[in-house]
Amino acid sequence: MTVQSTGEAPSLSPSQRLFAVLSDHRVLVSLVALALLPWLLPSKALAVNVLIYGVVVMGYNLLFGYTGLLSFGHAAFFGAGAYLTGIAIGRWGLPWFAAVPLAIAASTALAALIGTISTRTRGIYFSMVTLALAQLVYYVALQASSLTGGENGLRGFTVDRINLLGLPINFLDPVNKYYILMAFAALALWVQSRILNSPFGAVIEAIRENEQRARACGYDVERCKLIVFMLSGAISAVGGCMSALHLSIVPLDSLHYQTSGMIVMMVLLGGARSFFGPFIGAATFLILEDVVSLWTPHWQIVVGAIFVVFVLFLPKGIWGTLLDGLPVARAQR
Amino acid sequence: MSTALLQAEGIGRRFGGFTALEDISVSFARGELTSIIGPNGAGKSTFFNILSGTLSPSMGTLRFKGRELNGMPQHRFVHQGISRSYQITNIFPDLSVHENVRVAAQAMRVSYDIWRRRADLVELSERADAALASVGLIGKRGEQAKFLAHGQQRALEIAIALVSEPELLLLDEPTAGMGPEETKEMVALLERLAERRTVLLVEHKMKMVLGLSQRVIVLHHGRLLADGKPEEIRGNPDVRRVYLGQSEGYG
Repeated sequence: MTVQSTGEAPSLSPSQRLFAVLSDHRVLVSLVALALLPWLLPSKALAVNVLIYGVVVMGYNLLFGYTGLLSFGHAAFFGAGAYLTGIAIGRWGLPWFAAVPLAIAASTALAALIGTISTRTRGIYFSMVTLALAQLVYYVALQASSLTGGENGLRGFTVDRINLLGLPINFLDPVNKYYILMAFAALALWVQSRILNSPFGAVIEAIRENEQRARACGYDVERCKLIVFMLSGAISAVGGCMSALHLSIVPLDSLHYQTSGMIVMMVLLGGARSFFGPFIGAATFLILEDVVSLWTPHWQIVVGAIFVVFVLFLPKGIWGTLLDGLPVARAQR
Repeated sequence: MSTALLQAEGIGRRFGGFTALEDISVSFARGELTSIIGPNGAGKSTFFNILSGTLSPSMGTLRFKGRELNGMPQHRFVHQGISRSYQITNIFPDLSVHENVRVAAQAMRVSYDIWRRRADLVELSERADAALASVGLIGKRGEQAKFLAHGQQRALEIAIALVSEPELLLLDEPTAGMGPEETKEMVALLERLAERRTVLLVEHKMKMVLGLSQRVIVLHHGRLLADGKPEEIRGNPDVRRVYLGQSEGYG
């Protein structure tokens, strides 16, 4: 066979070629966009939140957008990442660079546990099981107040200085903080991109498209679902770690099902199945929250209405619709 | 007996109180094209699903190359060398035609690698192209599968089943919903496929089955009614009564 996988390449126009180059370097392009974010948004605090929730939603997108599994319990992994980082630093006295990997590993183990149970079910049952198990995690955190601070949230672990190759950096400065946290986001983006480009990335897409056929092709669908559940939980937990370092407290609400719902809304606003969509979705949601809550304390009503409009008329979200509208992007499919 | 590729012994299947299949014992020799026919509700699909691992039998044993398959999960069947297509088109609609077949080829090699680039697995891509060429779809490789014509989707379905290089290819009504022209092309394709491997076919189109197969198995009410060469089946009075009817029933 002389035909290669890039058989259609020679007929690309210059703009299509540019787009192809950009999407080949999507991690780098995403990082440039994120590096500009603090200077585009009205406040650094908002930019940090977009960064953090962007990573959480990106991890969620691996499960929801790429594999087609609607989890309603991803707050568990966001919260676990945050709590475990805080506990490891504040209670056990570990430095941040030990606390973060520990928190990610433990959150992945939690994802393995929840995933083992939930991936045995399908459709709405899967969503309900993830919701129930995540609420279980919430109540454990509420009850184990000697470790977690219970209702008051976890406090008493401020990271104010980060030592970078012998150079002490003031972590309380918002700009420093943003760019240090961006290093975590960069790692998460890179890992996510590798997964999506990998053979396993092809398997999860096949499962989303047609689970029965994927099984007949010879894939152990249940095991693949468990693996992607763990990867998704791990990446969302990175966002949790970032949140703990940023806020120096972990509110109990991090684990609440409303946080899970917010994650689902963000991915749908931005565009499931798109690489950068999660960050667009997080930014849209958080900006809406910021702006609308200036007018009315009932900002959820407005955001909810906008969300309904999105589900009905822009099922691919902002980023997905935008990419679909670009002829150069369509040729990439 | 020992040369049989696939051997079914006393296969039965119940759904609640309903017995869909009862005591089916047949064996399939290497290199043969065998068709399974029977009126609606005869148990063809149930039998087919058992042979492909989609259903497990309530009783009886299934052996492939002498190895017992009972209790093996469906996804292992293709790794043993048994691959199937579906009656209702069952493809990956949003993926490209090429990726449909490539991902099926990949299942034989690598499932859980999250770090390598899939584009580096050039051999899989070439095998997918070869399978697409063999069913006449190479010109459509870049298109999204859902935009193919019905007959082309059926051919894609076969390419997906074929790319694992199965020793036994199970095809569930490959000409379902096809017009005469498309059917003719599909028959030609099936003849080519059967030259190099063992093929088992479930079909409704009687004339086509009798012309194409070396052996025909007739099921009726979940039981084996007849088993023999097409000429024998055509002359079998039981078969004429239940299936062909007075008008010879060539549909």
